[in-house]
Amino acid sequence: MTDTTDNLHVMNRAALTKRLVAGLKNREAVIGGIGNSNWDLWGSGKERGENFYMLGSMGLTAPIAFGVAIAQPNRHVFALEGDGSLLMQLGCLSTIAAQKPKNLTIVLWDNGIYQITGGQGTPAKTAGTDLVGIARASGITSAAWAADEAEFDALVAKALATDGPHVIGVKIDSEPGRNQTDRDPIRFRESFMRAMAQSV
Amino acid sequence: MTSATDAPPTTWHGIFRQALKDNDVRLVTYVPDNVLRPLIDGCHADPYFTTFPCAREEEAVGIVTGAYMAGTRGIVMMQTSGFATLPNALASLPVAFQVPVLMVVSERGTMGEFNPGQAIVCRTMRPILDSMGIEHHTVTRLDEAAFMIDRTIRQAFATRWPACLIISPLLSGGRK
Repeated sequence: MTDTTDNLHVMNRAALTKRLVAGLKNREAVIGGIGNSNWDLWGSGKERGENFYMLGSMGLTAPIAFGVAIAQPNRHVFALEGDGSLLMQLGCLSTIAAQKPKNLTIVLWDNGIYQITGGQGTPAKTAGTDLVGIARASGITSAAWAADEAEFDALVAKALATDGPHVIGVKIDSEPGRNQTDRDPIRFRESFMRAMAQSV
Repeated sequence: MTSATDAPPTTWHGIFRQALKDNDVRLVTYVPDNVLRPLIDGCHADPYFTTFPCAREEEAVGIVTGAYMAGTRGIVMMQTSGFATLPNALASLPVAFQVPVLMVVSERGTMGEFNPGQAIVCRTMRPILDSMGIEHHTVTRLDEAAFMIDRTIRQAFATRWPACLIISPLLSGGRK
């Protein structure tokens, strides 16, 4: 586990999303945040019913995932959220910490920029804000930066094996999403609900 | 569960809580409000419900949306000024995805309001709901409350569309 952002290896969101989803064996739900988080989830396996592609409600990935986690305590739920998005809704970390969902993991993709709108730097990047530190200070004790791909795998394995909530921070490069989702919210909702109706 | 021998509730908040139970709405998320306090307190005290506060109304909309898609029905409780923070979240999530997110808003900003900001923001609430085609009803009378609340909730789930119940000061007494 890595507590600071010093010497973190810069990783790639598309590659790690594939790596994460490929390792899921128990119909875990995965909620993709707005834009690139979502597009790389789509690219990792658009036929996977347990993936949900959020389309416009920036900052609500973790709350949606938390709602799924409340409804289905036996299913593990991942939120894939960008740093700019989380920065918009930091209060949700306290809400989640207060309720302690055991089966929720937030994966934070942090490249310090609003990649999709032209790569503008986030205020957190300029200020040196440590978003995983904020999660920990919000009361999510299992919150750590992944130093490299191997540690990412280890943190995901820990999240699946121990009580959450968990936050896994990943420093990523500024590569745009490699795919784009269909913009078909009703189909997304229906396929996700069908998958959630299958027991774990 | 209510047994046949239980008397029906006689307060607006008791009626509301019963309507939630009758429609299997178990998840109660809220941003605190003084007028809604008896309803919120009642839900906290009743083990039927999972009840907790959120830091912001948008969060609660996200949580209730996720819970619905995974099989649990929920509601978001808030005051008028909190509702005014919601248009983008509503348009892009429950409206676009057709998810029946229930909302209850205690109406401030009318009939004796002392805070100018509340009075102004109150005027935005119904136009926002109307512009997204979100059905809303304002509950003003105790004798109509059970019917309006139950039927609005029922229709939201039957038609998979968000709905909003507005608690008027005429019903609640409002904030003094």
